Amino acid sequence: MNDQTTVMNKNYQKILERFPHDVQVDEREGYSGLLIEANQLLSIMETLRDEYEYDFLTSVTGVDYLPDEKMEVVYHLFKSTGGSILEVKVQVPRSNPVVPSLVGLYPGASFQEREAWDLLGIRFEGHPNLTRILMWEGFAGHPLRKDWIETFFEGDVKPYEDRWPEGKVSKVETTNPYGKNITYPDGFNPETWIPDSEDLLFQGSTVVKVEQEETGIETEQLVVNLGPQHPSTHGVFRMVATLEGETVLDLEPVMGYLHRNHEKIGERNTFSMNMPYTDRLDYFCSMSNNFGYALTVEKLLGEKYQPPERAQYIRVIMAELTRILNHFMAIGFFLNDLGAYFTPALYAIKERELILDIFEAVAGSRMMCNYYRFGGVVRDLPGGIEEQIRKLVYDRLPRQTDEMDRYLVENEIVIGRSQDVGILTPEQAIAFSAVGPVLRASGVPYDIRRADPYSIYDRFDFDVAVRYHGDVYDRFLIRFDEIRQSIRILQQAIDDLPEGEILANKPAYKFRIPKGESYGRVEGPKGELGYYVVSDGTDNPWRYHVRAPSFINLTGLREMCLGEKVADLVAILGSIDIVLGEVDR
Amino acid sequence: MPNELNKPEYNIPPGMEGTVAITTLDRIYNWGRRYSVWPMFFGLACCAIEMIATAGARFDMARFGMEIMRPSPRQCDLMIVSGTVTKKMLPQVVRLYNQMPEPKYVLSMGACASGGGPFKRGYNVVAGIDKYIPVDVYVPGCPPTPQALLFGLMKIQEKIDNQSIKHVSWYQDQQDEGIPVPVLGPDLIDLRDFPKLMEKEQDKEVQA
Ligand code: SF4
Repeated sequence: MNDQTTVMNKNYQKILERFPHDVQVDEREGYSGLLIEANQLLSIMETLRDEYEYDFLTSVTGVDYLPDEKMEVVYHLFKSTGGSILEVKVQVPRSNPVVPSLVGLYPGASFQEREAWDLLGIRFEGHPNLTRILMWEGFAGHPLRKDWIETFFEGDVKPYEDRWPEGKVSKVETTNPYGKNITYPDGFNPETWIPDSEDLLFQGSTVVKVEQEETGIETEQLVVNLGPQHPSTHGVFRMVATLEGETVLDLEPVMGYLHRNHEKIGERNTFSMNMPYTDRLDYFCSMSNNFGYALTVEKLLGEKYQPPERAQYIRVIMAELTRILNHFMAIGFFLNDLGAYFTPALYAIKERELILDIFEAVAGSRMMCNYYRFGGVVRDLPGGIEEQIRKLVYDRLPRQTDEMDRYLVENEIVIGRSQDVGILTPEQAIAFSAVGPVLRASGVPYDIRRADPYSIYDRFDFDVAVRYHGDVYDRFLIRFDEIRQSIRILQQAIDDLPEGEILANKPAYKFRIPKGESYGRVEGPKGELGYYVVSDGTDNPWRYHVRAPSFINLTGLREMCLGEKVADLVAILGSIDIVLGEVDR
Repeated sequence: MPNELNKPEYNIPPGMEGTVAITTLDRIYNWGRRYSVWPMFFGLACCAIEMIATAGARFDMARFGMEIMRPSPRQCDLMIVSGTVTKKMLPQVVRLYNQMPEPKYVLSMGACASGGGPFKRGYNVVAGIDKYIPVDVYVPGCPPTPQALLFGLMKIQEKIDNQSIKHVSWYQDQQDEGIPVPVLGPDLIDLRDFPKLMEKEQDKEVQA
């Protein structure tokens, strides 16, 4: 910890000397990072990017400090060559929160700034398309503001008062279906009401005639709407594509159809109540979601809550099994998208079931494991499970991976459909803040397990998978590479698994978390999964933000699809591997 | 199969058992429908993954004549609402329901679809799809295990068994007009409740 802080301070020192007037060290209790004046943000960020090599802007979010009448925008940056996070903040008055947009410098900020505008009402000046992204245009208010309350508001923080004070159930939503917290504009008529900016999206398929400049031939452009109910969108995702013939001219991803208000609910919950909610982010990978959240809160809790050895190993084993499961499913569904309807997916589901058996045995639930705790895991491995895992990782999984590989990798149709399609160059990948397999398939060997090791990943021997073409085929292949590396880690972990305690502290329901902020990240199967948590010293987080890899990976989707054929859209989306629970949260 | 169809009162001559059945119209009509339910390929959230697992090899929905999942509502007769219904998605869900031809059934899978589940208090979450469309079978769980879903599907089959051509709604003269698609205004608006809403707004004005 201390080493890191000194390295950090050295870095700060240089920047502080450069900008003596506009940069300060954040000295609030429990906070770190740099505070920058809003009007200098662009030039300082440019220096950070070009001279200090902080080329990767991973997370942008806001915090509403209601008591101080301030809005804060928090940026997390790192170097794509490795190293820890640099945190930069900008504070603006709450009455008029305007911050310059970073989209020009880091295009990857685009969706995240829109999200901050949508949920917190922070305006990013210079953003090319600052519209709502998770809620719909026309929704009243910015829900993550601390003074915004839901229609059926019960209390600021959980646990709520008894819901049945007189022993009778009473539900507000049945007696008063519109609550009391929304106001409708005068003369509001729902039958005629369409908010302006969604016009085009609501129109569905439209034909626009365009005259080609060179030839004078009139061609038709067609706006096609894929989703939200569409078999290839992996859930409720929507793409509005402008086509000419079969070529994609423009593409607008639309999301929010599964926005379940994870963060607002998370800020009403106590810290430990959030653990089962993280399961439901990326619902394939509940174990690694737990992992990230546990690490983040443990950072706030301090040394005393460092998990014991055995728990560390169990955590790694579960997280790596999750990665294998996820990649199998990603491969299966990707083949679905290519048109190999369901058969490869059935093979994938078969392996998934075997891994789920293990999860069910250790955690009690197949999908929603809720297994990690602050300071360890909730219960020890039951008898016989170690043997079962050993069999899987030494025998079954390597064999099945080779089998899938044999059937699919050399397949002519797979190659024909995916090679040289949807290319993302390394520069683009970094600029669009792509993470995980998408980033590594573009030739950037960045893996948090290596670049900024957490837990006990520094003890294992494994290679960071990397591929260099950045096309759909490479994104498909890299998942095989990663499965193989995960199997290597698992073999080492299961061999070294020590005996001992599994929880650093007594099991507890409530934790008093010291004041401060913390950003924790893990290399989830889909990429960097980060949690930004602010504690004000009470039982409930003041701010709880999830940096969702599949959400941010979608920022580059448009770029990958331009100029491709419409059938490739589906393949490209499949190769990114998104899960809507995480995209929309 | 014919043995399952046969009305017990009729004796089939020896030698013809298993090939000939004497039965009622209702029975053969329902028998045909119960083994060819086409669920909609329609996933909303986490529960959808368990739905796919149910279609997978281990649990195998095909055993119940249900393996054909179609993404188009026009071809389906069972809507499995598998997951959290958000306000933003609700107009689409209602539209899909309206587009399904009769006879149609709705199975609400999981805590979220049945009553909001863990996200009930969210500002963008519809606390139960049954506020908008009629549900035939609820399957509890978060997510329900594939076994639970299979049980729910068997309940649908039971429901089909007990219907009679004489009474089913889709052969009545009066045709159902469908459910009005909710509107996304400052908040979600159920058009059926619109008068109530306006009343409330007026009350507010009077108070002010
Ligand atoms: S019931 Fe549970 S598993 Fe199903 S959609 Fe809701 S949160 Fe997800």
